[in-house]
This record gives sequence, C-alpha cells and structure tokens, in this order.
Amino acid sequence: MPKVTIDGQTIDVPAGTTILQAARMIGGDIVPPAMCYYSKLKTSGGYCRTCIVQVSQGSTADPRPMPKPVASCRTNVMDGMVVKNITSPEVLEARAGVVEFLLLNHPLDCPICDQAGECHLQDLGYEHGKADTRYEFERRTFEKIDIGNYIQLHMTRCILCYRCVKVADQLTDGRVHGVINRGEVSEISTYIQNAIDNDLSGNMIDVCPVGALTDKTFRFKNRVWFTKPADANCTCTKCTGKVRLWFKGDEILRVTARKDEYGEVVDWICNECRFKKRKLSDWVIEGPAKVNRHSVISQNHYESLRAIQFDTRLQTAVLNGHKSKLGEGPLNPNNL
Amino acid sequence: MAGSKKIQFSEKAMAYVRELIARYPAGKQKSAVIPILHLAQAEFDGWLSAPVMDYVASLLNIQSIEVYEVASFYSMFNLKPVGKCTIEVCHTSSCWLRGAEDIIRHIEKKLNISAGETTTDGMFTLKKVECLGACGYAPMFQVGADFYENLTIQKTDELLEKFRKEGKRQTYCNHLVDVK
Amino acid sequence: MGKKLLLDKVGVAGIQKYDVYRREGGYAAVEKALKALTPEIILDEVKKSGLRGRGGAGFPTGMKWSFLAKPPGVPRHLVCNADESEPGTFKDRYLMEKLPHLLIEGMITSSFALGANTSYIYIRGEYAYIYKILETAIQEAYKAGWLGKNILGTGYDLDLYMQIGAGAYICGEETALLESLEGKRGNPRIKPPFPAIAGLWGRPTVVNNVETLMAVVPIINFGGEAYSKIGIGRSTGTKLISASGHINKPGVYEIDLGLPVEEFIYSQEYCGGILGGRKMKAVVAGGSSVPILPTELILRTAKGEPRLMTYESLGDGGFATGTMLGSGGFIVMDESTSIVKNLYTFSRFYHHESCGQCSPCREGTGWMEKILHKVLSGHGTLRDIDLLWDIQQKIDGKTICPLGEAAAWPVASAIRHFRSEFEDFVKNPQSIQDVKHYYRLTGEKA
Ligand SMILES: Cc1cc2nc3c(=O)[nH]c(=O)nc-3n(C[C@H](O)[C@H](O)[C@H](O)COP(=O)(O)O)c2cc1C
Ligand code: SF4
Ligand code: FES
Ligand code: FES
Repeated sequence: MPKVTIDGQTIDVPAGTTILQAARMIGGDIVPPAMCYYSKLKTSGGYCRTCIVQVSQGSTADPRPMPKPVASCRTNVMDGMVVKNITSPEVLEARAGVVEFLLLNHPLDCPICDQAGECHLQDLGYEHGKADTRYEFERRTFEKIDIGNYIQLHMTRCILCYRCVKVADQLTDGRVHGVINRGEVSEISTYIQNAIDNDLSGNMIDVCPVGALTDKTFRFKNRVWFTKPADANCTCTKCTGKVRLWFKGDEILRVTARKDEYGEVVDWICNECRFKKRKLSDWVIEGPAKVNRHSVISQNHYESLRAIQFDTRLQTAVLNGHKSKLGEGPLNPNNL
Repeated sequence: MAGSKKIQFSEKAMAYVRELIARYPAGKQKSAVIPILHLAQAEFDGWLSAPVMDYVASLLNIQSIEVYEVASFYSMFNLKPVGKCTIEVCHTSSCWLRGAEDIIRHIEKKLNISAGETTTDGMFTLKKVECLGACGYAPMFQVGADFYENLTIQKTDELLEKFRKEGKRQTYCNHLVDVK
Repeated sequence: MGKKLLLDKVGVAGIQKYDVYRREGGYAAVEKALKALTPEIILDEVKKSGLRGRGGAGFPTGMKWSFLAKPPGVPRHLVCNADESEPGTFKDRYLMEKLPHLLIEGMITSSFALGANTSYIYIRGEYAYIYKILETAIQEAYKAGWLGKNILGTGYDLDLYMQIGAGAYICGEETALLESLEGKRGNPRIKPPFPAIAGLWGRPTVVNNVETLMAVVPIINFGGEAYSKIGIGRSTGTKLISASGHINKPGVYEIDLGLPVEEFIYSQEYCGGILGGRKMKAVVAGGSSVPILPTELILRTAKGEPRLMTYESLGDGGFATGTMLGSGGFIVMDESTSIVKNLYTFSRFYHHESCGQCSPCREGTGWMEKILHKVLSGHGTLRDIDLLWDIQQKIDGKTICPLGEAAAWPVASAIRHFRSEFEDFVKNPQSIQDVKHYYRLTGEKA
C-alpha cells in the first residue's frame, strides 16, 4: 500500500487512490476543497482547479518535486509522496486566485438565489477567497431557461464543473444537454429548446455546486435555512427511496438526495420521489438530518459573508465580454 | 433555402460521407463528424441550422447534442446564416504589423458594414479572424478554401469585384468534393 | 551554410507530383526502412540523430517513441499534428504545400518503426486547400504501392488518412487533437495517462509535428549520426523558421541550428534586414507563446555572448533575459511598434482560443484582454499593469494544458521588458493616438 504524507500527516492508502481521496481519509482542515470532482461520477474533476496542491516529493523512487501544482482530485498518490496543501503559502495564494477566477463572472446574486445556504461557491469564497473583487467589467449573463417541467437552468451562475453533463452521460441514456460554445462563453445548454425528461434527471440539481440548476417546484418557496431537514424513506421501484425531506412546519417543501460531509449525494434518487411525493403519508421519517460540515448557514456565517462579496458598485463597463457565438459575434474593438 | 429544401445530401456527397466513415474503426464513426459538418455547411447554404445538425447526427447515429457541442466549439462552423462570400481577415500580430487594420477598415467602408455583419444583398460577410498561418505574406484574408495574400488596397478592391461578379457561394469544401 | 535537408528539392518543378518526387530520389527512406532495417534500428537512428520535436516543446523524438506502450493485440497509431495555428508560424503549411510526398514518406517510415497500421494526418480546417494537395498525394502513394496492404512485398500494411479540423488553435495540443479526431470538442485531456499509453480511442498513440516526421526521412537516408553532426550540442539538425513582421524578406527558411540570430535577421540569405532600414525594437522568436525580447537581448545573451538559433542559446538566462525556440515562428518588430498593442493581439488570440474547461484560463484570458483593451482605450491606470502581472501569475502553471502558460508568458515578458511603455500609455493616453497611425500598409505610409 502506498504511503503518502499530506501536510505532515501520513497514511497508507490503496494503490490508485487520488491525493484528494487520501486527504479525505485523513480528514480535517487539510482536505482540499473540490468544486468539480465528484467521487460518484467517473472522469469528473480536473476543471475547476480549486483542489490544487503542491507535490514536494514525487515518490520514494523519484523524490523530485513536481514542477507545477497539481489537481489533487486527478493525481494518484505514489509511495512516499509528500504533499503540501494548507502548509504551503503558494498553494493558498494560488487557490485564492482560482476562487477569484470562479467568482469573476458570477452574478453574486446570493440574496435571491435558491442555493444560498447550500452553495459550495459561497462556502469556497468565504473560506478561501479574498475580500474584494478586482474585476470591473460587465459580467456575462444568460437568460434563465426551463429545461423540462422540474428543472430551471440559470446559466449565469454556472461554474462549468461538468458534473451535470456526467450525470446525464452516466445515469441516463440519450443525453440532451451538454456544453456548447467555447472558452469564456461556454455554456450548459440543450442548444435548441429541449426538455430533459428522464427518471433520474433530478440528480443534476443535487450535483450542481451552485444555483445554476434548481428545483422548479421549490423556487422561492423559502430560504433553505428556514427549512428543517429530516431523513426519510419509501419503497420505490426506481431508486433506493432514501431521501432527505425539507420541512416548513408540517409541509414538505422539497425532497433531495441525502448528502455526505463533502456535499456528495449518498444515493441517487428518482424524479418520482423528488418531485411527486410531497405528502407526509408518502414517507417513513427516520429522524432529523445532520447538516453537513461545510454549510455556511449552519455556522451562522451568512451575514458576515455579505461583507466579502461583492462590490456592487460595478464601474461603468469599459467593455462587453465576448458575446456568445449564438449571439452577436465576437468582441469588436473597432475603435482601435 | 434550408427551410423549404429537403435536408438530404446529394448522391456524390453521400458517397463521400461513406468514405469518411470508413476511415475509422467500427463503432468510431463519430470521428467523422467534423468533416461531415464541413460538407453539410457547404451543401446547405453555408451554415448549420439545427435540422441540418440533427440530420448529421442521424447519419452518424449519435445524439443531436453531440453534434451541437462540436459545431459550436469550432470557429469555422456558422450557426447563423452568412453571406455567399465570407471574407475572413486575419488581424493577429504579424498581420496587424503589416497593416491588416487598414484592409479591414477599407472593406468596412467599401461594403458599408462592420466586421461581423453581412451586406443587405446577402453577398458578403466580413469577419475578423485570428492567425491563419500566412503571417509571412501579410496582410491576408481567406475566402472559402483560398488564401489571398500580400494584400494592398487595390488588390482588395479587385478581389471584391471578382467575388461579386462570380456571385457564387464560396465554401471550405471548394477543393474537396463538388457540392450542389 | 549547410545542406538543406527538407527543402533540398523544393525548387524542382512539379515536385508535388509523385513521379517527379520519385525521380528525384523520393521514397528511398521507405525502401531502406522496410527492406533493410527493423523498427528497433530505426528507433536507434532517430535516437542517435538527437532530433527534437519541432511542434514547439522540443521533446526528444526517439525518447517519445520509446515510451509507446505495446500491449499485444491492441492497435497503435501515429498521428501527424498539422494543426499549425501558433501566431507567427507557417512552416508546416509551406512544407505540406510544397512537399506533400515528403510527409507521406516520413509517416510511412515512422509508422513502420512504431508498428502502427493506421495513421492519421490532422490538419487545421483553414488549410482546406492543402487537405486537397495531401489527399491527392496519398492517392498517388496508394496507387504506386507505398500505402495499403503488403507494402513492397514486406508484409507491412499501412493505411494513411487525412482528418480535417474546423478552426481551433487548441487542437494543436496533442490530447485536444486526439479528442477532435474522435469527433469531440477540442478539450485537452487531463494527464496522465499520456497518449503513449492511452491516446486515440484509448490506444497507444504517438503524436508528432509535420516537420518532425519529415526530418525522419533524411535521418534514415543519411544516418542518425550524420544528422546529429549538424547543429550545436543538443540542438541537432536543421530547423524551419517562419519569419514575419517588419523584415525585408518574410518567408520560410531552413537553417542549421546554431546560426547566429543576428545573421538570420540581417543577412540577405534570410530575413534581409529591417523594413525601410528602420531600427529593430523587439523579436518574438518562437511563436506567440514564447517571451518577447528587446533587441539587445535577442542579439546577445545577458552574458554578452551572441545569441544563436538553438534551444539552449535562446533559452539562456531563463525567462528573466531569455526566451524559447518554440515552433520557430520568428516575428520581428521595428522601432515604431507598440508593444502594448502587439500584446493585445496576442491576448485577444488566447482569449479567443481558450477551450474553456479550466477556470484560470477560461476567466483569466478574457480578463487580461479586457484590461489591455482598457489601457489601449486610454482608460488604464498604473494599478492595471500590476493587476495584469498578478493575473498572468495566477494562470501560469495552474491549468490543465499549456495554453494557460502560453497566454501568461507574453504578458509577463512584455511587462518585464517594456513596462515603461505601458506606463506611458497610462500616463499619457494621447500617445495612443499616435500608435493608431503608425500602421499602414507597406508603401502606403500615412
Ligand atoms: C496550445 C498548444 C498548441 C499547440 N499547437 C501545436 C501545433 O499546432 N502543431 C504542433 O505540431 N504542435 C503543437 N503543440 C504541441 C503538441 O502538443 C505536441 O507537443 C506536438 O505535436 C508533439 O510533436 P513533436 O514532438 O513532433 O513536436 C501545441 C501545444 C499546445 C499546448
Ligand atoms: S488551459 Fe485553457 S485551453 Fe487548456 S484546458 Fe484549460 S481552459 Fe482549456
Ligand atoms: S475538484 Fe479538482 S479540479 Fe475541480
Ligand atoms: S498573423 Fe495573420 S496569418 Fe498569422
């Protein structure tokens, strides 16, 4: 079993374990944040770069350090590897840079976002970001669209983690949405008006780390932190029936999958359980659910979070961003 | 126009499609999507409408979204109608150093459009593009599959006149196969 | 000057055609390789030659070939990278247009050495007219028995196919190229695994540049040893340089590695000096991605030695005072050039070409372009220059593929060597007006 040391803590892990997984086995503050990796989705990770770490010793056999920081979610440990995460000022600085990039075009509309309180980007900004934005140009925006009866896509908030595309690829057949366009104007889309209609499509909502894919049946019903979660189950032929119910008083406002401490779904659930079963009699209640360790809300941080956000005094835009290929064509600096 | 015409490759184009697919191992026919999209763009009025892309998807037996994803990634595919003759002027470093902006400004004035636009008669679209690999022969533009290099204002005028006279649709497949 | 190895026959009338190419001694390398040599011997010759990849990274070709996995029963592939899209680089286009059969000859020889039975040439979409030239040459080669089943009766089979791109610089990155060849978006893969282990359709694959594969022909004809005698140190053989910008004789030149930069720029045999007898200001020596150097540093290293056209000499001094040979895209700028405006065209390019997968490149390239646009619009501040520096640092080394670095380095080097020009623009926006009028077509000066 390869032995790896992360921020001074050593652990033996099975061959083929990634640095991120090894860090999660150790647990605590040394676990790098992950915005795109999802252990239950094959080939996920590598995109957002928040999980980067420094490898100061490659392995016992080849102790040379790796020249650049690596994505811990996509780098396997080698025997004798030494990794620096929070003990490396360079890593923290680089990560703050990544957070800034992720927030660059983000609308920062937390006060009206359904995801507020459950948003990994909000947590990330709070824990790893800097207090101010240095971006003074117009942010890119997209229209909200309904993709089917239950899901709304608010692309402006998307960080292009690709998780929902992988859900569609790996859980359903006949994927109808994907990433279109290129570069800064890439977007999650069905391209032509198209409904995502599949028994498991609702899981896309649960894997979305931000508020880009939201449950239309829950929209604006309530702020997440005023609702109380409870775990429940039912007999279901399409999924395990193990869910989390979100209550206001006796009313079930929302049904989601259960999530582990890293915010990952424990069992995928079907659309029937998620969107249709809203009566108490549909469920066997197991008891109140534990809120995951990441939640800003659970730590009562939401108010102070507003301070880091988000300079609303955007200067007059000097430029429009690149417009989508479907829109008006690329930036046109004709006056130069 | 694409709307009224049935979306169907000509026999000649179909033969080429089969030849393209045969270049890849069985089950890897998706590899042919880019060359087939080039062909489709040439056959169906110079751009890729959603029904045209759906048709390509059906030929390759893949999901439509897989075609949309690809078509929207590559800059040579037009997802909106364009003029018969798209003039693509390079304005990256080497071309800029040798006066590409003068050429662009001149064409804009002459055709009375800005870069990115199409003339009202549907003849010309002007596009500013990035390096086309003709840096030593700058300034230059590409029309269809052909490069026009070492441009001067006079040469540009002559070429515009020539394209207008010919009046035909210029495509990247000009040299590849005869299209309709 | 030494003997030309690739462009030797470029002047022969009709050399594009099979008959002429053959009459001039073409396909001798294939004959020799298939009949007299084994794959192991060819690999050995390539190793001995010291040939380094001509696509930009300069990785030793023999070593790359030796990494190719050879699990039994799994097909292997050779893919030629003809995506050439790095601003300032146009040598592959010239080579393919003039000498299509040399590429085919190099590919047959190399495919044989690697044990590949199906090989592809991935050419950028904009080179559609060259696609036709190569397609024609491939058909000729099939007819003459150099491709297909049982070549020269040796039992070796090879199919060679063209594949065309559709406008995406990123598809020059080898794993993005493979994705594109599989009919997908040109998103670079996360490595490892490297293509030598899992490349095209998951099979072991070697990706090589056009010029690299062509260079295999003289290596087989004259021997790796002879090839390695040309050049200096670890920079062996000849290199095609694409010269553009403010020079009297832009074009493609084959040089012996080791030629002094000064001679390349000023001799009549090559660039022929600066346009209009003006003074030179700066050079981008290896395509847009490599650091720009001011005149004094491109002609001489910081130690005062003459700068030579080799991987090592151009790299001397690291990024503080050196640059890279890269893909050999040599862009010369005269004294009237605005470095800021030139940088803007580069930054706009990288913004346009970012695939958008990873956040530092997707967001950072656009941000840098916008700041440069702001500076050029006369709204810049001193803080913007520091911000640019900081952004490029936060992209550099943090991305999936090297496009991030390619976008960062030009920004870093322009600020490092020409900071005062940025400051001038910020402090005196009026000076930008002058830049607008500098650039006229040659002969139509304002
Ligand atoms: C953004 C990017 C663009 C590239 N473009 C090209 C290209 O157009 N042609 C090329 O041969 N190599 C290009 N490369 C380098 C290739 O990834 C690869 O290293 C090369 O094709 C290997 O061939 P060689 O060893 O023969 O040089 C590019 C690399 C990057 C990161
Ligand atoms: S560095 Fe840029 S081009 Fe490369 S993978 Fe990331 S986003 Fe794509
Ligand atoms: S979680 Fe590793 S790169 Fe996104
Ligand atoms: S810069 Fe215009 S063709 Fe290269």
